[in-house]
Amino acid sequence: MKAKIRKIATFVEEIQREMDREISPPSRRAAAVAVIENPCAGTYVEDLSELMAIGEELGELLAARAVAALGIPGPSAESYGKAAAVGENGELEHAAAILHPKLGTPVRRVLGKGAALIPSSKKRGGMGVVLDIPLGHKDAAFVRSHFDGMEVRLNDAPRANEIMVAVAVTDSGRPLPRVGGLTKDQIKGEDGLR
Amino acid sequence: MPEVVVRKKVTCVEEIFHENGPAAGKPLRRAAALAVIRNPFAGSYIENIESFMDDLKPLGLAMARSLVAALGGDATVVEGYGKGAIVGSAGELEHGALWHVPGGYAMREVLGGAKAIVASTKKVGGPGTRLDVPVTHINASYVRSHFDAMEVAINDAPRADEILLALVMTTGARIHARVGGLKASEIKGEDGLR
Repeated sequence: MKAKIRKIATFVEEIQREMDREISPPSRRAAAVAVIENPCAGTYVEDLSELMAIGEELGELLAARAVAALGIPGPSAESYGKAAAVGENGELEHAAAILHPKLGTPVRRVLGKGAALIPSSKKRGGMGVVLDIPLGHKDAAFVRSHFDGMEVRLNDAPRANEIMVAVAVTDSGRPLPRVGGLTKDQIKGEDGLR
Repeated sequence: MPEVVVRKKVTCVEEIFHENGPAAGKPLRRAAALAVIRNPFAGSYIENIESFMDDLKPLGLAMARSLVAALGGDATVVEGYGKGAIVGSAGELEHGALWHVPGGYAMREVLGGAKAIVASTKKVGGPGTRLDVPVTHINASYVRSHFDAMEVAINDAPRADEILLALVMTTGARIHARVGGLKASEIKGEDGLR
């Protein structure tokens, strides 16, 4: 394992009622978050390939944990997202190195498919910083019922020399979707968009 | 047809010169336009809300124009965009989803037909809730250098019966972007992805 992990946290939300209406089956989403040492903290490092390799590892680990937390087979997941928060001695580009070059492929392997871009966000912050992980349908980015986001936060991370990396997976869209647009039963699933 | 009642607008501009690496020749600028509106559906479950998307279009256009103005008035400098919403506690997540169409339409209109899906996120929260608005390239979602996000918040919004609406535009890549992937110079610009 290339990543030096201090902590992994898993969050599961289950929405059973919304505006006093029953959500049946409940809408569920899970996020898995790893807190790792930032090997590039404290100085400007030109070549970020070490972080890219860590991203590949974490993609598989976190997607598997999130799916396990939901208790569903990977291919049953409907939407996904990813995010990272870099501690104060790191650089925003470190989050980009973890998230963008190599993290997606193993996530898609765990989920069976994943034709759509994995929505992402990143930031630098102190301990307790809030990460809003954007969510979109995994096979068709335009499925409007699945545009969403999930907030995660760890009171003790990221420390100055750490990075917090998160992957979120859901088994459904928003609890009471009714603003029209492309629906999941209309997905062609070829171009990642529709 | 509910009226759009605005209580407050906020514009934020960040200018980023470096992030502990070589200073860029052209600083990166990010701007956010925020509007706090009354939520006409707060307090109870209302089935039919879709027409409010049309009501929001003029506000969306005004916000998109204010962003271009905040970035100097020339729409051609804008390379990234994103949108988001925070719904006050008497509303539901679905009310924030009403912003997808008018927010996206407004930015595409003002930018002259941007092709990529507008990255988005949303949540329900109390006053002071912070939102990480995801940002991607306006013509090709896969341009890796432009994956970014901007955190926004207003200390006294949204109140319980309000919605905070956000649009974000940026002028370029992350300040030391160097993790490879599709470059802005390689965009075909046909499908909104590459």
